Amino acid sequence: MAESKGNGLQSALRRRLLMGLAGVPAIALMPRMAFAAGPATATVNTTGLAVTDTEVTVGILHSATGTMAISETGSIQAEKLAIAQINEAGGVLGRKIKIIQEDGASDWPTFAEKAKKLLVNDHCAAVMGCWTSASRKAALPVFEQYNGLLYYPTFYEGLEQSKNVIYTGQEATQQILESLNWVAKEKGAKTYFFIGSDYIWPRTSNKIARKHIENVLKTKVVGEEYFPLGHTQFNSVINKLKLTKPDVIFTDVVGGSNVAFYKQLKAAGIDLSKQTLLTISVTEDEIDGIGGDNIAGAYSCMKYFQSLKNPNNEKFVAAFHKMWGEKTVIGDVTQAAYLGPFLWKMAVEKAGSFDVDKVAAASADIEFKEAPEGYVKIHPNHHLWSKTRVAKALPNGQFEVVYESKDLIEPNPFPKGYQ
Amino acid sequence: MISPKSTSTVHDNPFMKPMEWISLALLAAVIFLVLPMLLDAFRLNLVGKYLTYSFVALGLVICWGFGGILSLGQGVFFGLGGYLMAMFLKLEASSVENTKIQSTPGIPDFMDWNQITELPWFWKPFTSLPFTILAVIVVPAFFAFVIGSAMFRRRVGGTYFAIITQAIAAILTILIVGQQGYTGGINGITDLRTLNGWDIRTDRAHNILYFVNGGLLVACILFAQYVKRSKLGRILVAMRDKEDRVRFSGYPVASFKTFAFCLAAVFAAIGGAMFTLQVGFMSPSFVGIVPSIEMVIYAAVGGRLSLFGAVWGTLLVNWAKTTFSESFPELWLFGLGGLFILVVLAFPNGLAGIYRTYVEPRLTRRVKALEPAPAVALPHAAE
Repeated sequence: MAESKGNGLQSALRRRLLMGLAGVPAIALMPRMAFAAGPATATVNTTGLAVTDTEVTVGILHSATGTMAISETGSIQAEKLAIAQINEAGGVLGRKIKIIQEDGASDWPTFAEKAKKLLVNDHCAAVMGCWTSASRKAALPVFEQYNGLLYYPTFYEGLEQSKNVIYTGQEATQQILESLNWVAKEKGAKTYFFIGSDYIWPRTSNKIARKHIENVLKTKVVGEEYFPLGHTQFNSVINKLKLTKPDVIFTDVVGGSNVAFYKQLKAAGIDLSKQTLLTISVTEDEIDGIGGDNIAGAYSCMKYFQSLKNPNNEKFVAAFHKMWGEKTVIGDVTQAAYLGPFLWKMAVEKAGSFDVDKVAAASADIEFKEAPEGYVKIHPNHHLWSKTRVAKALPNGQFEVVYESKDLIEPNPFPKGYQ
Repeated sequence: MISPKSTSTVHDNPFMKPMEWISLALLAAVIFLVLPMLLDAFRLNLVGKYLTYSFVALGLVICWGFGGILSLGQGVFFGLGGYLMAMFLKLEASSVENTKIQSTPGIPDFMDWNQITELPWFWKPFTSLPFTILAVIVVPAFFAFVIGSAMFRRRVGGTYFAIITQAIAAILTILIVGQQGYTGGINGITDLRTLNGWDIRTDRAHNILYFVNGGLLVACILFAQYVKRSKLGRILVAMRDKEDRVRFSGYPVASFKTFAFCLAAVFAAIGGAMFTLQVGFMSPSFVGIVPSIEMVIYAAVGGRLSLFGAVWGTLLVNWAKTTFSESFPELWLFGLGGLFILVVLAFPNGLAGIYRTYVEPRLTRRVKALEPAPAVALPHAAE
């Protein structure tokens, strides 16, 4: 790999090599570390990744600053927790995980720049990162070009599949179809009104929802409106809601706009205990900003809620609170981010190697039974099999799960008939 | 204002003073020799990216520093240049075999996601590289001409002009984000691969593009210098300092202003196009208000009256941005903010001001005494 990178890199490599060599005599003096000696570095790392006999470097690439920081902080925390737990349990192939964290600064080009830095400069064996679709789209060509490995936690629009990415959140059909079936059956919904932020994820999600509503459920979409990211004036659309009186308001408004939307909805006298509202973009993190009182009664569909009752989740929530404070809330994406390091560890151990090609190939059918959301499994298309849940928002900012899909839902990023 | 120094040379009018030749040689040496030798491929590509911003800063020196027209919307032109280039690259990357999985193969992927089934008419000419290169120059120039004519003929200037340019930046961002079927929306135009069959993602291509970029930058500096020392340049400065007198002397003030604004726009667009080539994508986050203001900061830090200062300022600010953010991922913005406050408080004329006050007088003495010392003293000036 070094040969193909040209002269520039040699000096850095030489420096690293020299530094490494300087450490060799010290290793002989060291007592055996707590980490069991894993297989020799030369055999588990044939592509020049940052793997030593005791350490392996992994990157974390999220926005610690800027508008997205509020959402992405949870992911950073979850990834750090997972890595700390893996290290406590002996690391990966006998190697402790070392973290290099970079700030994407809510700026998509910065994500591309930092992704390149993590891969080319730091030779990270894997990167946990990205959040918005835009940041993933910006970083994806970098991961493909330099053959890196990205664990991407957010639920997203689908229409993508890459050897170099493991998608630990749900793609749109997993999240949407089951919940629409539920609302049609439980609430007898006949008419829907879509409200979304104006970018690729809500548009694609609504497209899928519309096809399902019209072609499968044989019911009707009575309105579809989009607003720029960060928009805070929803009065006009709320008036339309009052006129059309849809059975279900289906929303994928993201970020700060949510706060204005639900407050104005409440102020306009739309009572969510009577009017069914189904959202695919509100997690516990968002409710923190919206305020539990303003959104109580709305239904959210996700694969994970903090209130899930199972032993895995209780352990996870306790550990998370211990590390990051009792007040922190855990949303869907935070949990998905927590899965990344574990899925990577298991794939590395199955492959017996840190090499990206081997890890990517070994990822298919990896099972993670200790996942807080319950059992998950990686599909050969690099998305996760997972359950979908519908939950009702409570005034205290938590959710009460009211429905859970019977089986794991197969991820289908290129859904036939929904494009 | 240190304008007397920068403009007092107009009587004995050589193309550049000896000091300026030295500055140019120094800049060229750093761009073409020192950085490529010191940096690995990744860092050099980063510097290449920074240098594309310095085209904008260069344009701002002419338009703001000399002409007194503060534009807070240069991102518009940077973005236009970048998007026009990205349209060409995206069409090339969206060949039918590359996009087989789409419902409509052969159109850019984001159009397919937005249920567009046919290439829009305004995308069609961008299959031609010569047309694209022409468009990168002409479209922003025309756009600037329209804005400039509309504003300056009505004698809109100063703060009002700055606010209007800022509004235009906001409008264009909203337009690009809203029309995602045609523009790629908030994601921008991503995954660009080849330029006429030449893979622009390899380290070798990045290297070549870096040198092309550097060459274009030097060419733009020379052109800006040409404008600066021409009669036009002197009128610009005169206009900045006493617009009414120039007007009453019979000069068409609006036309001169429009020209400076158009030139700044073209420089910015060239930078944008080179940015897209080197970074491999374009997004609305380079078009809006924040990046536009950031670009003004580059020029301010460098010194808004100095062509070379603009380039150094851009490099310094971006270098600081990258270094701070790598070392302190959670605190780096404070460091950067501190740097700006320091510059504005302590050195209102930026790097170039420091250079002119502290370094140049000594240097001039030495050059006059015909000592070969400047080569040793200069690197300090660059810091």
